[in-house]
Amino acid sequence: MIRGPYVRPVGRYSWWLSQPRYIRYMLREVSAAFIGAYILMLIVGLLRLSQGPAAYESYLTAVLSSAGVAFGLITFVFAVYHSLTWFRVTPKAMPLRMRGKAVPPAIIVGAHWLGWAVASLLILLWVAV
Amino acid sequence: MRETIHQLEVLRYDPETDTAPHFQTYAVTCQEDWVVLDAINYVKENLDRTLSYRWSCHMAVCGSCGMVVNGEPVLSCHAFVRDYPEKIRVEPLANFPIERDLVVAIDDFVEKLTSVKPYIISAEERPVESGENLQSPEQLAVFKQYADCINCLLCYSACPQYALNDSFIGPAALALAHRYNLDSRDEGRSARADVVASNPGIWECSFVGACSEVCPKDVDPAAAIQQTKIASTVDYFMRFLMPWRKQ
Amino acid sequence: METLTSDVAIVGAGGAGLRAAIALAESNPGLRIALISKVYPMRSHTVAAEGGAAGVIKDNDSFDNHFNDTVAGGDWLCDQDAVEFFIHEAPKELTRIEHWGCPWSRQADGHVAVRPFGGMKVERTWYAADKTGFHLLHTLFQTTLKYPSIKRYDEYFSTDIVAVDDACQGVVALEMRTGQLRFFRAKAVIIATGGAGRIFPFTTNGAIKTGDGMAMAYRIGVPLKDMEFVQYHPTGLPGTGILITEGSRGEGGILVNKDGYRYLQDYDLGPPDPWPRKKAMELGPRDRLSQAFWHEQQKGRTIKTDYGDVVHLDLRHLGEAKINERLPMVRELSKSYVGIDPVDAPIPVRPVVHYTMGGIDTDINGATRVGGLFAAGECACVSINGANRLGSNSLTELLVFGARAGRAAAEYAAAGGGAAVSEALVTEQAEAAENRVLALFRRTNGIEDIAALRRELTATMEAGAGIYRSEGSLQEACAKMAEIRQRYASIELRDKSNVFNTDLTEALELKSMIDVASALAVSAYHRTESRGSHQRLDYTDRDDEKFLKHSLATYAAQGEPRIDYCDVVITRSKPGDRVYGGKQE
Ligand SMILES: Cc1cc2nc3c(=O)[nH]c(=O)nc-3n(C[C@H](O)[C@H](O)[C@H](O)COP(=O)(O)OP(=O)(O)OC[C@H]3O[C@@H](n4cnc5c(N)ncnc54)[C@H](O)[C@@H]3O)c2cc1C
Ligand code: SF4
Ligand code: FES
Repeated sequence: MIRGPYVRPVGRYSWWLSQPRYIRYMLREVSAAFIGAYILMLIVGLLRLSQGPAAYESYLTAVLSSAGVAFGLITFVFAVYHSLTWFRVTPKAMPLRMRGKAVPPAIIVGAHWLGWAVASLLILLWVAV
Repeated sequence: MRETIHQLEVLRYDPETDTAPHFQTYAVTCQEDWVVLDAINYVKENLDRTLSYRWSCHMAVCGSCGMVVNGEPVLSCHAFVRDYPEKIRVEPLANFPIERDLVVAIDDFVEKLTSVKPYIISAEERPVESGENLQSPEQLAVFKQYADCINCLLCYSACPQYALNDSFIGPAALALAHRYNLDSRDEGRSARADVVASNPGIWECSFVGACSEVCPKDVDPAAAIQQTKIASTVDYFMRFLMPWRKQ
Repeated sequence: METLTSDVAIVGAGGAGLRAAIALAESNPGLRIALISKVYPMRSHTVAAEGGAAGVIKDNDSFDNHFNDTVAGGDWLCDQDAVEFFIHEAPKELTRIEHWGCPWSRQADGHVAVRPFGGMKVERTWYAADKTGFHLLHTLFQTTLKYPSIKRYDEYFSTDIVAVDDACQGVVALEMRTGQLRFFRAKAVIIATGGAGRIFPFTTNGAIKTGDGMAMAYRIGVPLKDMEFVQYHPTGLPGTGILITEGSRGEGGILVNKDGYRYLQDYDLGPPDPWPRKKAMELGPRDRLSQAFWHEQQKGRTIKTDYGDVVHLDLRHLGEAKINERLPMVRELSKSYVGIDPVDAPIPVRPVVHYTMGGIDTDINGATRVGGLFAAGECACVSINGANRLGSNSLTELLVFGARAGRAAAEYAAAGGGAAVSEALVTEQAEAAENRVLALFRRTNGIEDIAALRRELTATMEAGAGIYRSEGSLQEACAKMAEIRQRYASIELRDKSNVFNTDLTEALELKSMIDVASALAVSAYHRTESRGSHQRLDYTDRDDEKFLKHSLATYAAQGEPRIDYCDVVITRSKPGDRVYGGKQE
């Protein structure tokens, strides 16, 4: 009797634990959740601002509490990781050709980093002023 | 030449006698410049004539000897035993049904490849008397990389989306569709879009990128898919903005 | 046994088989085509060809040049009517496959680029970087997906041709995933199973090149023509036999011996210009270059390694940029398999069995003497390759004669095939073929080991029928082959599974190898002259008087094959001296 080809089972919820590269991918995806949460936090901030100075004060205290700072730091790390992974893949999604030659990926990635640094700097300056 | 003894663990499955695959271990004396395929050939020639696997060219171009070695999909004729100092564990490519031992059934891939119409589609066939199409080296360079796919299917073995969803067209077939879409001689992009720019097509891909990491020919199928996503999105909006424009 | 009926069955889905399938589908969309192959089409060994495909396209070239290079390269053993047809069709076929999408390398102005190859007066080899065969095969395979009338039977191993009253009725093939045999009933059959390099131990040929199609045709009485001519390629990597393409010499690579000396100048191939002079030095024909290696080895001027003697192929002066652009695969192969980066060090190389010039005897249409049976590609001998194939003529040959055989078979099938034959006889024959396989599968009293017997066979061929041969060495080879044939009758399979049983397919391949190797050894024994790739130490000159003839080996169930000779077609080029190097001017 021929039993036929054997299909190996795939863990519907555990597959991503089987390889480091899948874990890295999941981290990238999860990082989006933290960024989402941070945006939510900013929206809440706006809401509190509209409710008057007292409400905003208490919001700020919450943000600057140790839990708030910890959350901010974690989010920051994830945000950097998120950006880093996306910068790294931009040359794949949007390869550039100039005068018939492919622009080296490092230049595309570098340009993104540069853009990011400049944008951050400008915002910091603006906040400072 | 230096020789070393390696423990070769091979996943075995014979549908006529086994209910499930199991590992079998062989001790193989390998020369230092051997590839894993040489070790497997040694087993077949000297230790066990019942071992089944595919191979032909032994130069990483025919694409038949893809296997999973120590967890990573590789061409066994291009994976050197010296890089596996501990044991060597060989399994058939993941995400395909096992036919027998290291041989997997790849019908699904062949069907999907066919479905993306991987050939030049042009409005009118030119007679050969009119000579060759002109194509500059730059135009060639635009798609060349995607034409280098040897259909070894390492990328399907690495792709978790393909593992979870049978209907996903998958990396290599989408890369080949992209190859033709980018070819200056081709006019078939809209004819391919039905299959390519669909849910089981590019939109099933969540850009894990594993396919490109394991590809032995630097085809970078992940890049091909992301580029196709961008192009189809542009197409989509163009249809709203300029409905009169021909596809 | 299940019978599957089609109009035309093609055995082999390499370059020749795929091209034939497309020709059939295009010339008559109503025909049902069965494309049978023991591996998926894209695994066929055409995939390994690196260098390129020859066809006249540039203004500085001419059909006469291509004709003369081919005929002189083949030491006048080519049929000149076939060569004439071939050179005129070549550019058309190469253009056609360009239209189908083949990514040929280009000049800056967008026209296809050409490179020089050995034995060519003018550069005329079209190339797709150094993966020409790969791109050609995939382009053809992908193009066949367009035609619904081409039905593929991938991983079906063909074992026998069924012919009754000298008319072909189909083929029997083993479905590898189930172990079931099927009878492919067809009005016409095209054999396109490629060469037989695997009968030698050290070869550029993949595992699948075991000469099955040649043996199948041979066993039903079609002669094998010019089997004694086996091409050694001068530059294979020691150990694996992986080919380093002639394109590397076309781009300017040089060959040096252990003293760093360009030894080819000592063998009538000089002068050693610093640039690649056409038809000279490293761009001489393959037979001469391989023979020169042998002489260097006799003089002790080669370099010893674990895998036998080598010489050095030096590409360093080309520079990294050019190597990357033109020869990326050569660099990669060399780095991987011998651990040498050609940018920094010379590559060790030695001659390696590469191509079988001989094959199934066909006419210019690819038709054999059995009605409805055609052959094309490396398994066939049309013959345009004569005693030594010119590099890069083979890929073109697949296209030109694959298409031609396809069209001829289409006509034959559309006309209803051959005369009606007894159905009972057809069934009887097909069942006999099935029973032979089953008997082999079930045999239990065997004592011989397949792998061991195969090793003996390949060692015999290398020792007896290598680059240089003699009466003694060939006699020994013939005797040994007779012994191996005897012992084959008592092999036993160790694998008793029906599913993907490669023990069984290797046993069937070994049978083919024995048939082909015997025909080769006996043909070589009888050709008492030296011509092209067939070099005898005891008959060192070419003998046009006796041997300006094709040899024909006819199968005998018992004993050695019968050897006959037939005339070479000579139209406009009378046999002359093969002149290479500076003496050409
Ligand atoms: C390494 C290498 C480099 C080369 N480079 C060049 C070059 O640069 N230029 C050039 O012109 N030539 C080159 N050649 C020669 C050329 O590539 C071959 O002669 C040519 O590809 C043969 O093609 P084919 O279609 O006849 O056979 P193949 O491509 O070998 O195909 C044979 C087909 O037959 C099938 N088959 C065989 N036996 C059976 C069976 N029993 N049942 C079912 N199917 C079967 C196989 O599955 C396969 O599909 C090179 C050859 C090698 C080995
Ligand atoms: S894309 Fe790469 S990994 Fe996938 S089949 Fe093609 S060559 Fe193999
Ligand atoms: S054997 Fe051909 S790719 Fe490995």
